[in-house]
Amino acid sequence: MPFRATKSRLAAASAGVLGLTLTLTACGGGSDNDTSADAPSVDCAQFSQYGDLKGKTVTVYAGIVTPEDKAYVDSYKPFEECTGATIKYEGDKSFETQILVRAKAGNPPDIAIVPQPGLLAQLVETGRVKAAPPEVGANVDKFWGADWKSYGTVNGTFYAAPSGASIKSLVWYSPKEFKDNGYQVPKTLNELVQLSDKIAATGKKPWCAGISSGEATGWPITDWMEDMMLRLNGPETYDKWVKHEIPFNGPESTAALDEVGKFLKNDKYVNGGLGDVKSIATTTFQDAGQPILEGTCSLHRQASFYAANFPENTKVAEDGDVFAFYLPGKDANSKPLLGGGEFNVAFADRPEVKAFQTYLSTDTWANVKAQVSQGWVSANKGLDVAKVSNPIDKLAAELLQDPNSVFRFDGSDQMPGAIGSNAFWKQSTSWITGQSTKQTVDNIEAAWPK
Amino acid sequence: MGIAIGLFVAIVGVILFVAGRIGGGRGDRWVAYLYLAPVVLMLAVGLIYPAGRTIWQSFFDAAGTSFVGIDNYHTIFTSPDQLTVLRNTVLWVVVTPFVATAVGLLYAVLVDKARLEAFAKALIFLPMSISFVGASIIWKFVYEYRPDQPGVRQIGLLNQLIVWAGGTPQQWLVESPWNTLFLIAVMIWIQAGFAMTVLSAAIKAIPDDVVEAARLDGVSPVGMFRYVTLPSIRPAVVVVLTTIGIGTLKVFDIVRTMTGGQFDTSVVANEFYSQSFRSGNEGLGAALAVLLFVLVIPIVVYNVRQLRAAEAS
Repeated sequence: MPFRATKSRLAAASAGVLGLTLTLTACGGGSDNDTSADAPSVDCAQFSQYGDLKGKTVTVYAGIVTPEDKAYVDSYKPFEECTGATIKYEGDKSFETQILVRAKAGNPPDIAIVPQPGLLAQLVETGRVKAAPPEVGANVDKFWGADWKSYGTVNGTFYAAPSGASIKSLVWYSPKEFKDNGYQVPKTLNELVQLSDKIAATGKKPWCAGISSGEATGWPITDWMEDMMLRLNGPETYDKWVKHEIPFNGPESTAALDEVGKFLKNDKYVNGGLGDVKSIATTTFQDAGQPILEGTCSLHRQASFYAANFPENTKVAEDGDVFAFYLPGKDANSKPLLGGGEFNVAFADRPEVKAFQTYLSTDTWANVKAQVSQGWVSANKGLDVAKVSNPIDKLAAELLQDPNSVFRFDGSDQMPGAIGSNAFWKQSTSWITGQSTKQTVDNIEAAWPK
Repeated sequence: MGIAIGLFVAIVGVILFVAGRIGGGRGDRWVAYLYLAPVVLMLAVGLIYPAGRTIWQSFFDAAGTSFVGIDNYHTIFTSPDQLTVLRNTVLWVVVTPFVATAVGLLYAVLVDKARLEAFAKALIFLPMSISFVGASIIWKFVYEYRPDQPGVRQIGLLNQLIVWAGGTPQQWLVESPWNTLFLIAVMIWIQAGFAMTVLSAAIKAIPDDVVEAARLDGVSPVGMFRYVTLPSIRPAVVVVLTTIGIGTLKVFDIVRTMTGGQFDTSVVANEFYSQSFRSGNEGLGAALAVLLFVLVIPIVVYNVRQLRAAEAS
């Protein structure tokens, strides 16, 4: 009797499993339908090195969500079409925490697009990250500078090839508004203040800002502060600050945050069309720059990737609806450049994962990705800047290649997780809602892991 | 997954087979042990081992490598950040169960034997069927802020009402500690339906002759509630209070969805998550989890005792 019961239960259980598998397959198939016309055709010959990967699947997990994610999915299509592999892309706003949870729980994706070297180090600690295959290492040696390779290296082992790069030292503005009012693009920080005063004198709030971003709320202020840190104290001090060789509550960082306060905590300057200073805290960074199009504010400091957040028919160009200028240095000669980047981290070393990882580290992919993207460049030297038609990407690429530029990677992204993705965000949020600069830097210093 | 199910089926099969072979007298006890074995095993693997490990981990540093004694607990009770977390948790646990139960009780009494009772109950019970995350998203819109100026349209219900009344829109989720109260409102909205359902059933279980006798004695409606209804449903009220209390201690979804713990709204469960998984401070995260566990125990014990007392009487 017990046996018969068990048998029928087994049958029911396997039916259930079968049903589940079918459902999953059906879900996976859906994403293949939206073939985009944007994906450029690529000669399949160069993909022959990866072999036939028909029926193989590689999962990609990233923090990049709509609308920026479409370009990623599109850029994978040549690989899918030529090798027969399927790439499953999953974007998640809570990527930074979820990737750690998934890695620790033993359920990581095949490839994760990690935007922070600090997070990469944390992931490596879980023991689940696979070292990059030699082909990827060779590509990175060939196409990137040594500094970029070092961001993807932890404890001497090279793990992750850089993917995209973004330029953060940019101020978005309306070229038409500037032309109509005779405003000049400022060449120094002082001129930027003068321009802000000039716009404020017309009764308008010149700056638009927003820092809301789910649990990552506060990060845009960290970018502001890093930019000012670089401008006021120079790159060497900046490096010491990032490595915590000087305290977070020292005079240098206090001055830098106060400088940010001159803009963001100034009732005359913010928050154009969006409310008072406090409204910065609850405005999403995606929404924050949109009022430039409506003319309710003039300036918005945000990275090059912000181009993707404007409505689809917006002309992003020097003679268009919106464009960006380089956030000036202290004087016209110094040109510190704050930027960020993403890295492709692999948690599996199956042949198809290795092949895909290698594809992502090639100049082929960089060029495909640049063609289908808005506001995306790579520091990949194989990227043909002449072919980058998009004006904002051209500006970013030119800034990256400008010999006067002194590039520095986003500081909070390199700090330990307890600071870079917790205390720094949290305290910045408290700062914008009224906490003093001193209290803010003191609290961050106190939170630094001992 | 398939393997796991297969294994489960196989184990159950073996147990049933062996149990079928043993029979009579002393064998019954062995059969009982056999049936208990999988439960004990699963409890050990799924509950006791992780609990022990978490407690052990709470005495270690951020990376989980060196022993730091009670440092993590010291941090919880001294660092200003963590004290804010504790303050918020106390606020949640003190306010939510009482207000939710009071609202539920009031509603249950008011709609009892009223016309359209079922419909009225369904209305207040509906939020129960929504997930915490869903409810939080709905309320995030209720609290949404837009400045009051030409060309800007309010999209938040609360601020629109204020603008219509001639006031200025507020940023409900920014000012601490008031923002915590606005988050608590969401929990009350969800739990009042639960309180109402249980309490309504308890009210209906009051024997008619008791109510009849009270009526004949000329008790006023307030007196009826005070001297008849409330004493009769006391055990149910306690169960509702403690159940909501336990749920409130563990609140996580609402805080995470609405503020992400920003603006000084974090609570123990949310802080545990952000310390463990975002900050990479496993020691402090584990200590917070242990604290949560310790805080829940007295409520659970009280709850079980009350249930037993109710059964006994």
